[in-house]
Amino acid sequence: MAEPVTAQALQERVDGFLAGHDPAGDRLEFLRARFDAGLAWVHYPVGLGGLGAPRVLQPVVDQRFAAAGAPDNSPRRIGIGLGMAAPTILRHGTAAQRARFLRPLWTAEEVWCQLFSEPGAGSDLAGVATRAVRDGDGWLIDGQKVWTSMAHQARWGILLARTDPAVPKHAGLTYFLCDMHAPGVEVRPLRQATGEAEFNEVFLSGVRLDDELRLGAVGEGWAVARTTLMNERVAIGGAALPREGGMIGVLARTWRTRPELRSPALHDEVLRLWVRAEALRLTGIRLRQQLAAGEPGPEGSAMKLAFAALTQQISGTEVELLGAEGLRHDHWRADRPAELDLIGRGPTYRWLRAKGNSIEGGTSEVLRNIVAERVLGLPAEPRQDTGADWKDLPR
Amino acid sequence: MTLDLRYTEEQEQLRDSVRAMLTDHAPWARVLKVAESPEPDDADLWRLLSVETGLVALAVPEHLGGAGATVAETAVVLEELGRAVAPVPYLGTTVAAHLLVHLGESDLLRELAGGEVMALALPFDVGPTGSGLPGVEVSTAPDGSPLLNGTVSSVADGLRARVLLVPAGGALFAVEADAAGLRRSPVVSLDETRPLCDLAMWNVPARLLAAGDRAAAALDAAAVAGAALLASEQLGLAQWCLDTTVAHLKARYQFGRPVGSFQALKHRLADLWVELVQARAVARHAAAAVAQGDPDARLAASLAQAHCGPVAVRAAEECVQMHGGIGFTWEHPAHLYLKRAKSAAVAYGTAAHHRAVLATLADLAPA
Repeated sequence: MAEPVTAQALQERVDGFLAGHDPAGDRLEFLRARFDAGLAWVHYPVGLGGLGAPRVLQPVVDQRFAAAGAPDNSPRRIGIGLGMAAPTILRHGTAAQRARFLRPLWTAEEVWCQLFSEPGAGSDLAGVATRAVRDGDGWLIDGQKVWTSMAHQARWGILLARTDPAVPKHAGLTYFLCDMHAPGVEVRPLRQATGEAEFNEVFLSGVRLDDELRLGAVGEGWAVARTTLMNERVAIGGAALPREGGMIGVLARTWRTRPELRSPALHDEVLRLWVRAEALRLTGIRLRQQLAAGEPGPEGSAMKLAFAALTQQISGTEVELLGAEGLRHDHWRADRPAELDLIGRGPTYRWLRAKGNSIEGGTSEVLRNIVAERVLGLPAEPRQDTGADWKDLPR
Repeated sequence: MTLDLRYTEEQEQLRDSVRAMLTDHAPWARVLKVAESPEPDDADLWRLLSVETGLVALAVPEHLGGAGATVAETAVVLEELGRAVAPVPYLGTTVAAHLLVHLGESDLLRELAGGEVMALALPFDVGPTGSGLPGVEVSTAPDGSPLLNGTVSSVADGLRARVLLVPAGGALFAVEADAAGLRRSPVVSLDETRPLCDLAMWNVPARLLAAGDRAAAALDAAAVAGAALLASEQLGLAQWCLDTTVAHLKARYQFGRPVGSFQALKHRLADLWVELVQARAVARHAAAAVAQGDPDARLAASLAQAHCGPVAVRAAEECVQMHGGIGFTWEHPAHLYLKRAKSAAVAYGTAAHHRAVLATLADLAPA
């Protein structure tokens, strides 16, 4: 690609593509062709669904396709693949792994899940106990994962496992791409406070994975996982929305359309939340402008922390604003949603689901430690687990 | 239109040079000395900022002696002035400049670009409202020229001002500081680095600058610019408080550990950083919106004051608290920042005032 990629050039490229591919035709064929034309994620390399263009130009492409009535790849259903698996495979994968996994990931032919957390390793993720033991030209996996969103639909999982218990915990980890159809993988729904079973427990019993499914070197899983985690925080807090595009929009509309619910104290609270939501939105815009200019900052952690606190307060205020009406829940069925929608149901659902925002993808407490130590450079707290081999740690 | 919220390379260079200048000419010990002196501000530093570097007239057009830049650049200078709690009438004079540019006034702008201080004769807490500005009474001299009568309290940057821009009788007037009948009384201000004064006018001769809607629009533009620009000063102040507190907590040992290794303190500083990251986006947004005459400028300015004012106060309060005993002393600069932060949180409208403005702009009616 010698020509510089501009918004204009991209639009022309999309128009050229649309001239040769019918948006009303076969959905999968269309998506595959779009990937092969480099119009999937424009900032990815040529041959891997992209054009090596600035990331900030992606909306130009998406809007052009949407205007033409083209099918999309259900980005919410494949959010974990797009947001976490893909950037990790792109950065740490072999040429064969990139070629094998990125296209079906992007076309939504293959849904991904993240096999990181365990009952004994949540915030202390590097303490995972799931074992991976050499077995000829492959590995045998045994352990239990938890909080696995989309596992019931996933074809593949990104998996963090322990390959050496006799070294300090961060050094003994290896990163795998787990075949969710392999014998020994069992997915069980995990019901949450919202009533639904959005997450799962995943039991891995003698699961055999080829060595070709190892991502990165043996023992270097923690470094690979950090790529995933960094992208996860950006993905959770960083959606590009117009003003009032998120949960604040629901609250603002209720305030506007239900004058009988208003009170002076809640008025000021609504305005405070509106200001915070707008501040967070502008922070996201600034962060994306920095990313597009190749100046990534640590602001993704700030977004995630602020987002979690804000969604909890907005949804809590909404329940109070609605009074008795706010106490009426829609249903307690153990639904298994096909895609994550934090604001799609009623106010009580929003309030309950928001409680997870400060826990999933790194608790707010762990994130504050990370900010304090890595961004502000404050000294670490004294720890019991540095230097000691993982097998000797109390648990 | 999506505004660019990043700093340009030129703005970063501007920041570096202003910071270097302030490190040399406005170390905090000197700031304290000026604050304790009977002088209203640091005249030497002002000369440096106005006459020698032209930074006061950054956003004044070049043909009037300015640099032809925008308030987006002025905002970067204000970040550094906030960081230094510099005792100079920069904010008020640049807001006056904004008003004069809006009016197309050239003589006063040339004087301003030449180093003269100008101030708006309004109480410091007046924010953008679009109506109801407190005014002074206007009468007419036998020769037909206007005379002003009345008082204005708590005017910022007024003591050194060469010209006061006075809203009166629905119009806007220029009053020379040495005019007969004008008395300026210093007030003992919470923020000694930006002192206030009371104005008393008794048959003071004045020059009409604008009347009617034109005067109201200019005053409103100045109030919006003031609220937007002040956010950058608050950002710089908050950043100093965070940086200084972090440095202190790394160096101070208690219970055999650096105090900064205690999670209870680390989490508070992380939260403060999260607020600051957002304040930076909001302040840059306000500066860019005003600089480009964006239709969103009024909302951006109120958003900036509703968010950045409280952030600066919190940063200064945390700075005092986390420094422990030393943070409460006169000998540590923290109190200068605390007083400036609280004073700035009232200036150009409190956060509550701006939330009320936002209620109108965002169509969120009160109960």
